[in-house]
Amino acid sequence: MSKTIAIDPVTRLEGHGKITIQLDDQGEVANAHFHVTQVRGFEKFSEGRPFYEMPSLMARICGICPVSHLIASAKACEAIMSVDIPYTAAQLRRMLNLAQMVQSHALSFFYLSSPDLLLGLDSDPASRHIFGVAQAHPELSRAGIGLRRFGQHIIELLGDKRIHPGWVIPGGVTEPLSAAKRGEILGMLPEAYRNIALGLNWYKQIADQFHAEAQVFANFPSLYMGLLNEDESVEFTDGALRIIDAKGAILENGITAARFPEFIGEAVEPYSYTKFAYYKPLGYPEGSYRVGPLARLNIARSMGTPLADIELKQFKLLALGPVQSSLHYHYARLIDMLYGIERIEEILTDPLILDKHIRAIAGVNRLEGAGQAEAPRGTLMHNYKVDENGLITWANLVIATGQNNNAMNKGVAQAAKHYIKGGQYSEGILNRVEAVVRTFDPCLSCSTHALGQMPLELQLVNCAGEVVDVVRRG
Amino acid sequence: MSSTVDIKTLVIDGKEVSARAGQTILEVARENGIEIPTLCHLDGLSDVGACRLCVVEVKGNHKLFPACVTSIFEGMEVTTQTDRLKKHRRTILELLFTERNHICSVCVSNGHCELQTLGQSQGLTHVRLPYRNPNLPVDASNERFTVDHNRCILCTRCVRVCAEVEGAHVWDVMGRGINSMVITDLNEPWGESSCTRCGKCVQVCPTGALFDKGKVGNSHPKHPDFLPYLNMMREAK
Repeated sequence: MSKTIAIDPVTRLEGHGKITIQLDDQGEVANAHFHVTQVRGFEKFSEGRPFYEMPSLMARICGICPVSHLIASAKACEAIMSVDIPYTAAQLRRMLNLAQMVQSHALSFFYLSSPDLLLGLDSDPASRHIFGVAQAHPELSRAGIGLRRFGQHIIELLGDKRIHPGWVIPGGVTEPLSAAKRGEILGMLPEAYRNIALGLNWYKQIADQFHAEAQVFANFPSLYMGLLNEDESVEFTDGALRIIDAKGAILENGITAARFPEFIGEAVEPYSYTKFAYYKPLGYPEGSYRVGPLARLNIARSMGTPLADIELKQFKLLALGPVQSSLHYHYARLIDMLYGIERIEEILTDPLILDKHIRAIAGVNRLEGAGQAEAPRGTLMHNYKVDENGLITWANLVIATGQNNNAMNKGVAQAAKHYIKGGQYSEGILNRVEAVVRTFDPCLSCSTHALGQMPLELQLVNCAGEVVDVVRRG
Repeated sequence: MSSTVDIKTLVIDGKEVSARAGQTILEVARENGIEIPTLCHLDGLSDVGACRLCVVEVKGNHKLFPACVTSIFEGMEVTTQTDRLKKHRRTILELLFTERNHICSVCVSNGHCELQTLGQSQGLTHVRLPYRNPNLPVDASNERFTVDHNRCILCTRCVRVCAEVEGAHVWDVMGRGINSMVITDLNEPWGESSCTRCGKCVQVCPTGALFDKGKVGNSHPKHPDFLPYLNMMREAK
């Protein structure tokens, strides 16, 4: 008899969702879905608010990457103001964004995914967590905690708070960087370099053990999108978007935030509160694409920093064209972190970084504005319309997790079909299905704008729609 | 000392104090270092007794008296801190928080707000009443300032400073009871009103209801201390 397996909640993710796997009469996987189960409504309740309040309002979407929302939102506001912010402000915001990327990636890789990688996908779930990692490999867990502290402490030094710093505002930032704070961050760099080297070396040693998983962890051709500088190096805060196809050919280049809606549409499916972004010329779902660390490295010709460039060369050897398996998000994430640390050092040694001119002031000069930036998990776009007094009349946010949504669903189905045969499955197999989602490091609270508690579940449903099994955690 | 000064003696919180006839309990208490919480009161403006946070007990009378508008008398015995008063003050604050939409985390006055500070100092740990969540407008038509009615507590400091100090009387109150709203002129948009753009109302507003458009993020401390100085200099002329 056909049935449905539910993994509910899916654990070690940011936010809550569930996975359902539908089995047919023979016990084979007919289909599988990743559901994001709550709605939040930030776009709606921001209507009527002054536009200059949007960065701090939108940052509240997420406690993991508030900085991404601060930056994309501030840039959308600056488009409404029609201003270019001072150079030093742009550099300080770039550093803040990179610090957040490092801490968020450290959370994703070391806290959420390293338990699977170090202890094994079939290991005892009771100890398959960061504390289990700390017991089995203390140095690795210390490196992860150290990298997260590194990012969080920079955010705190710049913005006075680790979470939801109020420092980024439309037009720039509120306070210049002091020499003492610059010195403190510079002093943290050697340890950060040691920690990321430890993480990278360890991952490269164990990566081969997951060759089988790499074949079925969302391993399929797709489009990729991410921000790039004019010299085709990786960029997180400014630059413009490029879209490549599954063979690496450039489909679009130099997409600014204002032109984002020309190329990207959003589809809706009945089983998720997260939308499904797609590249408009190819339509939905053919135009589905991936964003985030894997996509950024597939698109870029270089990282633009010496150590990360050495790693990028090795990464590119994983495939002839774009690297297609989402398992390699993990490697790309570590390279992102190394790049972030190197760029932070570059920014701090810029002679203009202590400049006091850090804010442009202007009123409403356009009635619509858009801003884009790379969040740790991929491209983020905010688009606002205002009335002549600057009050928001419409807002749309296109979130990284929504852009990876189709790939995550396809990846969940791919892994489920591979592992679940004749209705037989174990906890380790369901954990593999969850681990596919973890490679993307989705942020469900961002994507759905969801509210409620954190847990996630996996459901197994029969063809009559009856739930036959539920794995619930949280 | 001039013989025309009429001195009264009274007791506040067990302390014997002397005061001039006509002074309020609040004035006398503060002159003697006794703190009574206030919200609508502001040095330099007339008192209206709107918020009721300064209520005190007077021996011989079961009623509570607002210290800002109650004159002292000879032999008066005042108590400013009792469990009953604390309970009433906390309830007043709870009512203020539930009446409109006070979202500290995204407010320009976060960390500089008198309502927030009072919530902390009066031990307001939670709100027992349901929130009303009214849908109130923001008026950003003034080129320099914005009024967000969601954060207004109807203390009327803006109305008083505009009428009494600036002399413009642009601000006033419209409606009754819980439907009251501060308005500019006859409920015109602020930017189209007879406002002189002096900004005094913004500086005296205890919350983030009135704010300077140039001050975004949590960077908007208010500076109402100009008022007594301004009044003193005017009287000196």
